[in-house]
Amino acid sequence: MNRFWRYLPLIVLWLLSAPLHAALTIEIFGGGATQIPIAIAPFAAEDKIKPGIVSPIVAADLNRSGLFRLVDTAGGLIPFENKPVAATVWTEWAGRGADALVTGSMAVLPDGRVEIRARLFDIVKKTQLAEFAEIVAVPELRAAAHRIADMIYEKLTGTPGVFGTRIVYVIKQGSRYALQVADADGFGARNIVESAEPIISPTWSADGNQIAYVSFENKKPVVYAQTLSSGTRKLLAGFKGSNSAPSFSPDGQKLAVVLTKEGGSQIFLMNADGSNLKRFTKSFGIDTEPDFSPDGKWIIFTSDRGGSPQIYRMAADSANPASAERLTFEGSYNVSPHYSPDGASFVFIQRNEGKFNVAVQDFATRQVQVLTDTLLDESPSFSPNGRTILYATEVAGRGILAAVSSDGKVKQRYSAQAGDVREPAWGPLPVLSTTAAPAPR
Amino acid sequence: MNQMNRNLMLSTTLAALLAALLSSCASQPPAPVAVEDRPLPKPVEKAPEPAAKPAAINPLKDPKNILSKRSVFFDFDKFDVKTEYTPLVKAHADYLRANAAAKVTLQGNADERGSREYNLALGQRRADSVGTMMKLTGAKESQMETVSFGEEKPRATGHDEAAWSQNRRTDILYQGE
Repeated sequence: MNRFWRYLPLIVLWLLSAPLHAALTIEIFGGGATQIPIAIAPFAAEDKIKPGIVSPIVAADLNRSGLFRLVDTAGGLIPFENKPVAATVWTEWAGRGADALVTGSMAVLPDGRVEIRARLFDIVKKTQLAEFAEIVAVPELRAAAHRIADMIYEKLTGTPGVFGTRIVYVIKQGSRYALQVADADGFGARNIVESAEPIISPTWSADGNQIAYVSFENKKPVVYAQTLSSGTRKLLAGFKGSNSAPSFSPDGQKLAVVLTKEGGSQIFLMNADGSNLKRFTKSFGIDTEPDFSPDGKWIIFTSDRGGSPQIYRMAADSANPASAERLTFEGSYNVSPHYSPDGASFVFIQRNEGKFNVAVQDFATRQVQVLTDTLLDESPSFSPNGRTILYATEVAGRGILAAVSSDGKVKQRYSAQAGDVREPAWGPLPVLSTTAAPAPR
Repeated sequence: MNQMNRNLMLSTTLAALLAALLSSCASQPPAPVAVEDRPLPKPVEKAPEPAAKPAAINPLKDPKNILSKRSVFFDFDKFDVKTEYTPLVKAHADYLRANAAAKVTLQGNADERGSREYNLALGQRRADSVGTMMKLTGAKESQMETVSFGEEKPRATGHDEAAWSQNRRTDILYQGE
């Protein structure tokens, strides 16, 4: 909270400078045990081009991760470009308590695009750690800022950053529902699908270009897929009865889906084009919420075959429905499993004494860690670097999105301006950017 | 005093009380009644007289008929039809058996707690278990369709047990309703 207040002016500046997009704003609670003190100086010429669009976003990204502590940069000494860093620069920033320093510059090119350069310095070791240079159009400045933050995050923590990723969720405003995609920091939210009937269970394809979801627009649940680049939609599963809980395989070739066409809710597999439908589970109970392992070899799912909803695992190519292995044993309600990106653990919702919380179970040790203490948590999913879990919860009767670090130490709340937000899913890392890189100087 | 005498005495007392009550009503002038200067409603001539044609009442809409009751409620995370609802489910099954052209949609619902997908499956089971009971009582499978809304269409929008208990429910809807 302390940090929140200290950087409130910065956040306010950031908000004021934001384009007029729908947005979810984020509040941070707690912080990592060890936070890297980092100074992010305003970029040269930044204010002349688009104030607040690059360095404040880099700062906000890093701050939100909970792994960094922002150091005041007012009046700080900035090293010259293309020249050895003066000794006074190291002592200046060491004196301010920074372990790392980020500087940068922006310049408008004759074609109107902007050249951005950024450098990351290790103040303790008195050396430059990384350099960033891109030429982007003005509307892409924000995305470039996220890429700078990703570079800094990866250099200093050893884990890829996810500031350039996107999230999908459902927002209910009045009696209207919309499927929205936004940047991971909640900005740039746009409607992908709008409906007067409920929408649930959006899920990403591995390439990030398709979102499958369940719509009730036909007065029953039916699975559709929306292609983001073209805006086209196709029917994936519209069989007799209910169609729900879609999940793409990591190679994009297969889709797992829950159908009731043969009685009961059972998991089926089909090719992504809808062909070759095959029943996967065969139980007398509920089998739902399938999720492929990152290597595509396994499917974890929720089943009440043992008398209460628990999480099970089955080989994705198994022809033997009886081969399912039960994974959860603590408590009488464990649902909504999703693999971690390294496949070593899974996140799920566990009910404890009437509360529904986000928990993580390790495959090897079977150890369970409950990460939240709210009342009604739902639909958790990992960030693509495995460091954060995005989920839905409820505050004062209103649905909001929240995130918790996978060690449970940093918590964030996204708040929408209006409406009920639910059913989030964190998208994959972006495919390689096609932005031009300027010639090295 | 034996039982018969006691009963006789009781009925005599009641008769006396009743007589006293009636005579007091008759002997007293009627109490003044506030009168509003309002025209009497005109009788609608074309309206059917339900009292005269009792057969015209739709049993599905008659509040006195069990068939007008359409909701079966469930316990948390349960989908078995509780004994208190079996007469209701059986009455609808009997109606379906007697009216071969009638069709129902059974809409299963769940409360808001927990997974939306699991609740969708749970709602489906709640619809299915009402459907199964109807089939066992003689309704045909072709007369019914079971669907689930999960927790997506709550009847009560509160966030407490009073609301949740209203939302763990299967609704019986007849075709055209």
